[in-house]
Amino acid sequence: MNIVVALLFLVIGSVVFHILSPWWMTPIASNWGTIDTTIDITLYITAVVFVAVNLFLAYCIYKYRYDPNKRAEYEPENKKLETWLTSITAIGVAAMLAPGLVVWADFVDVPEEAHPIEVMGEQWQWRFRLPGSDGILGEVDSRFVSEDNPFGISPNDDAGLDDVLIDNSELHLPLNKPVKVLLRSKDVLHDFAVPQFRVKMDLVPGTVSYVWFTPTREGKFDILCMELCGIAHYAMRGHVVVDNESNYNSWLEDQSTWADVQGIAPGDSIKGAAQYAVCSSCHGMNGEGNIAMNSPRIAGLPDWYIERQLAYYKQGIRGAHEKDIYGQQMAAMSNVLADDAAIRDVAAYIETLEPGRANPVLRGDATRGKSHYTSCGACHGAKGQGNFALQAPALAGQNDWYLKRQLEHFRLGIRGTHEDDNYGHQMVLMARSLQNEQSIDDLLAYLSGL
Amino acid sequence: MQHVAIADQVDELHDPTSFITKYIWSQDHKVIAIQYGSTAIFVGLIALALSGLMRLQLGFPDTFDFIDPSSYLQFVTMHGMIMVVYLLTALLLGGFGNYMIPLMCGARDMVFPYLNMLSFWFYFVSVLILLASFFVPGGPTGAGWTLYPPQAILNGTPGYDWGIILMLVSLAVFVIAFTMGGLNYVTTVLQARTSGMTLMRMPLTVWAIFVATILGLLAFPALLVSAIMMLLDKLIGTSFFMPALVSLGENLDYTGGSPVLFQHLFWFFGHPEVYIVALPAFGMVSDVISVHARKNIFGYRMMVWAIVAIGALSFVVWAHHMYVSVMHPAFGFFFATTTLIIAVPTAIKVYNWVLTLWKGNIHLTVPMLFAIGFIFTFTHGGLTGLFLGNVTIDLPLSDTYFVVAHFHMVMGVSPVMVLFAAIYHWYPLMTGRMLDEGLGKLHFWVTFLGTYAIYLPMHYLGFLGVPRRYFAMGTTDFIPASAQDLNASITIAALIVGAAQMIFIYNVIVSLRHGKKAGKNPWRATSLEWQTPDVPPHHGNWGPELPKVYRWAYDYSVPGAKDDFIPQTQPVLEGEQSEEAEAMRK
Repeated sequence: MNIVVALLFLVIGSVVFHILSPWWMTPIASNWGTIDTTIDITLYITAVVFVAVNLFLAYCIYKYRYDPNKRAEYEPENKKLETWLTSITAIGVAAMLAPGLVVWADFVDVPEEAHPIEVMGEQWQWRFRLPGSDGILGEVDSRFVSEDNPFGISPNDDAGLDDVLIDNSELHLPLNKPVKVLLRSKDVLHDFAVPQFRVKMDLVPGTVSYVWFTPTREGKFDILCMELCGIAHYAMRGHVVVDNESNYNSWLEDQSTWADVQGIAPGDSIKGAAQYAVCSSCHGMNGEGNIAMNSPRIAGLPDWYIERQLAYYKQGIRGAHEKDIYGQQMAAMSNVLADDAAIRDVAAYIETLEPGRANPVLRGDATRGKSHYTSCGACHGAKGQGNFALQAPALAGQNDWYLKRQLEHFRLGIRGTHEDDNYGHQMVLMARSLQNEQSIDDLLAYLSGL
Repeated sequence: MQHVAIADQVDELHDPTSFITKYIWSQDHKVIAIQYGSTAIFVGLIALALSGLMRLQLGFPDTFDFIDPSSYLQFVTMHGMIMVVYLLTALLLGGFGNYMIPLMCGARDMVFPYLNMLSFWFYFVSVLILLASFFVPGGPTGAGWTLYPPQAILNGTPGYDWGIILMLVSLAVFVIAFTMGGLNYVTTVLQARTSGMTLMRMPLTVWAIFVATILGLLAFPALLVSAIMMLLDKLIGTSFFMPALVSLGENLDYTGGSPVLFQHLFWFFGHPEVYIVALPAFGMVSDVISVHARKNIFGYRMMVWAIVAIGALSFVVWAHHMYVSVMHPAFGFFFATTTLIIAVPTAIKVYNWVLTLWKGNIHLTVPMLFAIGFIFTFTHGGLTGLFLGNVTIDLPLSDTYFVVAHFHMVMGVSPVMVLFAAIYHWYPLMTGRMLDEGLGKLHFWVTFLGTYAIYLPMHYLGFLGVPRRYFAMGTTDFIPASAQDLNASITIAALIVGAAQMIFIYNVIVSLRHGKKAGKNPWRATSLEWQTPDVPPHHGNWGPELPKVYRWAYDYSVPGAKDDFIPQTQPVLEGEQSEEAEAMRK
């Protein structure tokens, strides 16, 4: 009879668990309250069936338990009962299906006034594009994708010139305005999901998909990729910020158009050489680094990486954590660079310095390190050569003591946890797969051999 | 029924003489069934271990050094693929299909014994290829068991080179194996039933395996072609599933292919696959319930038609796996409707199982406990399917842990409950000995309560919006920290349930020699497999003469009969008030 008790316990337990559960859908922030209603209808109907069927099951097991003096009843069929049960079930199913279809009809019918924005996914980051003043998104094609044109905007379509490009993972949306999100992928399948908006849709390379909603609550919400897209799938995060009109407009004004981006002059390494004099006191004349000063080798690092780090230091995105002592020094130093142009110049100069290879100072087991490196290599390259498309700097030849400190900082959240540090967030998630110092040493021993 | 005549000639039987022909290159359906079953359980244990590793990472992130994002995805992928294809399909059809069809139909063997032997060895090779992928450079594929291109064959996914190639080759070989077995099962059911065994007298086990096999024969080719097409994309650079794309900063030469085409092909196989697994479970559990409740299965005809209807409908619901995969929006209306319609015949089956217990005389044996466990878990898993099948609700829940919880309840836990019920029920027939009842009950309780402790809370992670296939959740604004406690408790339950399966393995091995002798027909069952002259049945099953069938397989507790069961081989008795007797009187 234990089974009868167990069934009662599970039925009642499930209901109690549901009622007491603090785990439920996150508060909604879009117009899709009807989806929540559909879920509620289904939940109540299925809960009644679940309780009724299993209580009857428990009753039967109790009432008709084995009795040597009794026999089971012989009743092959009961047409009336079967018809009755079938009809009730069909009605219940229809009651769940009908609201679902009604809401789906809304979902596939995009309102005319919905303004278009483009979400572009790639391994493992989000970028966004707004149509600009002409209201038209310029043509794109993967043939045009390059370092200077990450969005692949066609040079033959003038409609693209005023497109607003958001080259980081934070999108702003105006409150209470319906938006049609056009979804495009550069490489593999991704899925644009914001749990507070309820709706989600895949990004499929080779086609443009869409999803629409109206943000109804101000706030900052996580964008998650919900279609498996490779090793760093779980680290493909972004944010959408829902603003009131004035905040939205001031954000929009700060963004650059495709024409603006093309108009930026490249860094001048000759001017940069003069700026570098200050840096050289710690990082060395040839950017070879200095372990005694805790300054890493920087020679030959790509300009885009140096530019981003200097900008982060200046803006307090890196080097602001109280435990990041050397980062704090660097943040102070970065202020000698007056503006973005100065940053570009010095970065251009650093890129021209002969990289060389730093001497390893740590000891570890390179064979074990190799298996740890599998996940790192997806972005930083099998040879640690780095990859612009993933904004992943080269690791080969870098000081192992520096990389070790950075990995530890990422792991402990000393680096990479500032909310505007898009790529740092990924490294925080990735570095946590290394559980101890030995693993880090092993990994770096392997890296030193590349 | 020509084959009956042929099979009936005793001198046609060639009893195997050497160890090799008897146990290795065997053409006896019972030996092949055991070969299939033990291979499947062996790989299933590997998949179980992989799920334990996954759960360790999810329950206790930032703890285990040997699990990194790559290996995590590899565990996920291999766990899923092994469980669905190499364990469940192989054990239910290759194992139980092989064992039960000839015995329950009254045949001496499958109609093509040699093909049947080849079927197993092809399956065995497919398993070897699959396991080989653990030892190649880069390891097995980590593309998820759905193997969606483009990522499955591109850098950035674990095992994108050797791993995925071996996976696709292994699947292709598996499909060949299944086709050889499947043609056999269908032909045997149609051609080799003994005299008197009409279709509507067949036990539901046979009906269900028969329909599931037809589904397999129609569905597996879609998997075969998609595996071959993806291999071509990978190896010689065709673009079936590959559009123009920029992979990790590199412009590749692919152009014009469609990733969504793969998904259609995959799920055209993948959805019927759910029923290829579920239908045999439905059939077997019907028979177990009937025997141990000492009552005929309620609404036999309805049960048969429900199996056929579910089988037919299962071919027009596949795109409910693709509501957010970018299809034409109108498809949502169609596939949500077909999907919810399939709930009606499925619900009827649940009602009929419960109504079989109603007014029965229920023996709470171990097989019966597992069958009751099945009714509970299947009801739960079926009902959550009504959420996901309804296109609108799928928008928030798709790709979250709700999906994981749902499909594990409905096609993981439920069929496994039936497999255990079936093994405890038919082990005496296969070995002549009973499994230990005490250990069986312990195994049942831990498995039944433990799996519910795993999967009930998991639905709530899904409601929260926790995505599946994430190595680590990290921090988000919307998932409360307490969700991690839920994850940790799920992991603990999972490890306990995993360990409890060792009780079962121990029981199966030790009872082979030390189990209580079963004797003939220990459960006092009516169906044909228990009426063989020897237990376990010898080669050829029936001795010199094939059995003759006079009634359906469910004459339990017939009024007017002496015993509470009348075997199918028993002609109508004087004074009995069964349907058969009524029909004769008319």
